[in-house]
Amino acid sequence: MSLTIEQRRQHRLETIEKSLSKRHRKENTFRRLGLVAVLTGLTLVAILFASILSKGVPAFWQATLYTEVTFDPDVIDIAPKPERQEGETQYAYDERMTQWLTQAGLVNWQSLIDASLEQALGEEVEPRQLRDLRALVASGERYALRDRFTEDPSLLGETVSLKMLASADVDVWVKGNIDRDLPDARLQLSPQSRAWVDVLQEQDVLRQSFSTSLFMNTDSRSSLASAGLAGAFMGSLFMMMVVISLSVPLGVSSAIYLEEFAPKNRLTDLIEININNLAAVPSIVFGLLGASIFIGYLRLPLSAPLVGGLVLTLMTLPTIIIATRASLRSIPPSIRQAALGIGASRVQTVFHHVLPLALPGILTGSILGVAQALGETAPLLLIGMNAFVANVPGSPMDQSTALPVQIYLWQGNELRNFFEARTSAAIIVLLGLMLSLNALAIWLRKKFETRW
Amino acid sequence: MDTSTHSSASSSANSESTNARERAPSGAMSSVSVGNGENRVSKATDKVKLKAEGVNVFYGDTQAINGIDLDIYENEVLAFIGPSGCGKSTFLRCLNRMNDTIDICRVEGKITLDERDIYAPDRDVVLLRAQVGIVFQKPNPFPKSIYENIAYGPRLHGLAKRKAELDDIVESSLRRAGLWDEVKDRLDKPGTGLSGGQQQRLCIARTVAVSPDVILMDEPCSALDPIATAKVEQLIDELSESYTIVMVTHNMQQAARVADRTAFFHMGDLAEVDTTDNIFTNPQDQRTHDYITGRFG
Ligand SMILES: Nc1ncnc2c1ncn2[C@@H]1O[C@H](COP(=O)(O)OP(=O)(O)OP(=O)(O)O)[C@@H](O)[C@H]1O
Ligand SMILES: [Mg+2]
Repeated sequence: MSLTIEQRRQHRLETIEKSLSKRHRKENTFRRLGLVAVLTGLTLVAILFASILSKGVPAFWQATLYTEVTFDPDVIDIAPKPERQEGETQYAYDERMTQWLTQAGLVNWQSLIDASLEQALGEEVEPRQLRDLRALVASGERYALRDRFTEDPSLLGETVSLKMLASADVDVWVKGNIDRDLPDARLQLSPQSRAWVDVLQEQDVLRQSFSTSLFMNTDSRSSLASAGLAGAFMGSLFMMMVVISLSVPLGVSSAIYLEEFAPKNRLTDLIEININNLAAVPSIVFGLLGASIFIGYLRLPLSAPLVGGLVLTLMTLPTIIIATRASLRSIPPSIRQAALGIGASRVQTVFHHVLPLALPGILTGSILGVAQALGETAPLLLIGMNAFVANVPGSPMDQSTALPVQIYLWQGNELRNFFEARTSAAIIVLLGLMLSLNALAIWLRKKFETRW
Repeated sequence: MDTSTHSSASSSANSESTNARERAPSGAMSSVSVGNGENRVSKATDKVKLKAEGVNVFYGDTQAINGIDLDIYENEVLAFIGPSGCGKSTFLRCLNRMNDTIDICRVEGKITLDERDIYAPDRDVVLLRAQVGIVFQKPNPFPKSIYENIAYGPRLHGLAKRKAELDDIVESSLRRAGLWDEVKDRLDKPGTGLSGGQQQRLCIARTVAVSPDVILMDEPCSALDPIATAKVEQLIDELSESYTIVMVTHNMQQAARVADRTAFFHMGDLAEVDTTDNIFTNPQDQRTHDYITGRFG
């Protein structure tokens, strides 16, 4: 009945071999699945970057007119710029200056631009065609011309080489972002304007040039071609300053307290659970909370980076606390015992030994939390940061938008052909900012890393 | 109760002749001759350094130590032996209140150092741990330079005013731990880069650097090879000139080699404490007897 030892060995060998091939199959399947997952992820990231870069990078260059503008004394027919006279009060001087600036504002600057384009085109433009001519230049350029003159009145009578932004419609047309075969009624540029664009391009008056306006200007609704990111960028920067200066010290110190000093009881358990839950609360809820507390109750200004920063701080705190606690927990207890055993107090143990070792992890966690906040849009909409703001904020109390909100606003703009590229360009700037934050995190990690 | 209560054997029990290593006696001496024939000379005095009375320790609801009474004399080497889980480490940690760091641990009874209660509410645990240092089973140097490892304690307690004084403390501590010659050229290298045995001696030097009265050691040699072990044992012998040393060990030959007295723990009880000689040759308690003979075959 019973098997001989030889038979048993044979049986064992066969059983193990059978299970072995099964095991190997399982391992291979798992490895292949993992590989597929990683490759899928990589492909998606590559597609994302390719599409954003291919759309956004062209927006860094913009159709620009290189023309000669004459500051014609016949057109600029105003008194000389006032100078401060002896015995004149500041008030009187300011009064005269304001009058002069008003006068300057009334000058028909557009006609100077018209004249320079006529010259470039080499033809006289009839008054009824002026509309088509003016459609070529960004409407903000006449104010740029005015500012140029009021800053330096000695230009009167001079002829100057100027770079002027072409209008958004021209930019779209030149870049081929619109189907040229559409019927006239559906094209923004009239046939006459299009003909002129061709002439100007032929004469090399209309060229692509690096778009400084994208970085130097704020958003604009009247002169779409010169809409820029400066306001949103500064707004985001101010918010980052608020978030970093509040959430990092607050988050790290509460984590240290909870992890190293707080007694372990019901209350601290409850706090721990709630912090974990807070990390999972949708960000728009924090926006509502911020709107009601900071704006409704504390009467802080609407649309201010300060309020945005406070809201994002609320959102980032749980992330930072959790990351810091995890990092503190990963420090071997033997280090704490060593310090305590020598007679260090608990505070000394934490600050001399545990914290320096946990620092790389804390920094990485904090920076990732901050980077996440940088990309947050929803809560900012609720505190009015989607308002149109035409000034670069000078302080966290000024009105402003933020980069992700600007992206949101631009991608909803009706001039899709122009703003699609602009949106991608803004995304590139935002991603660039985030990548530099992440690079900073990696660098800090490397710098503070200690082996034990 | 049986003999499991403490036998406060006076260390002056069997005074004997001295050998060359002996210093001028400051009190009654005892020399314990042990199994392997080596003779070591006790430096113990009559003075009770640490005194435990009716110590109970609880982890949550489970009791780990049952009413232990024990006197520890100045400059003696006392070894704790006993089966795993019997409470040796727990009792050792009571002596400098390292148990305070375990949330669920509760200590009852009275322990005095130089006749002052160490669990008194006004007692500062920082000062206590400067007086009663501890060396752990697993070497745990700070991930800092060798120099910083030693200098940390003295700096913490403000023991050195100038850099020269600190250098002095570092050198003498490393010399006491028998490590100076091996590391004097790389004091700025990380302490974690040393071998296990060197790390353990570094930890001993770190403890010695704050000049405690008592040094507690929890299985200091369990991670070391025989040569490193021999070095640490020699070190313990030298240190016992000026320090009271309490060590936990699982190695009975080691207890026999270095300890003046040995305490045998069993399931939270202090079964027996006597001169090492007596414990190994003439145990009074049946449990001690079983343990010793079981081990030695
Ligand atoms: N931190 C702790 N929490 C809960 N129970 C503990 C803790 N430390 C020790 N104990 C328990 O207390 C008892 C005594 O443990 P202790 O570590 O003092 O034993 P030991 O004699 O040092 O053993 P070993 O020789 O294995 O080191 C054991 O039953 C152990 O399970
Ligand atoms: Mg132990």
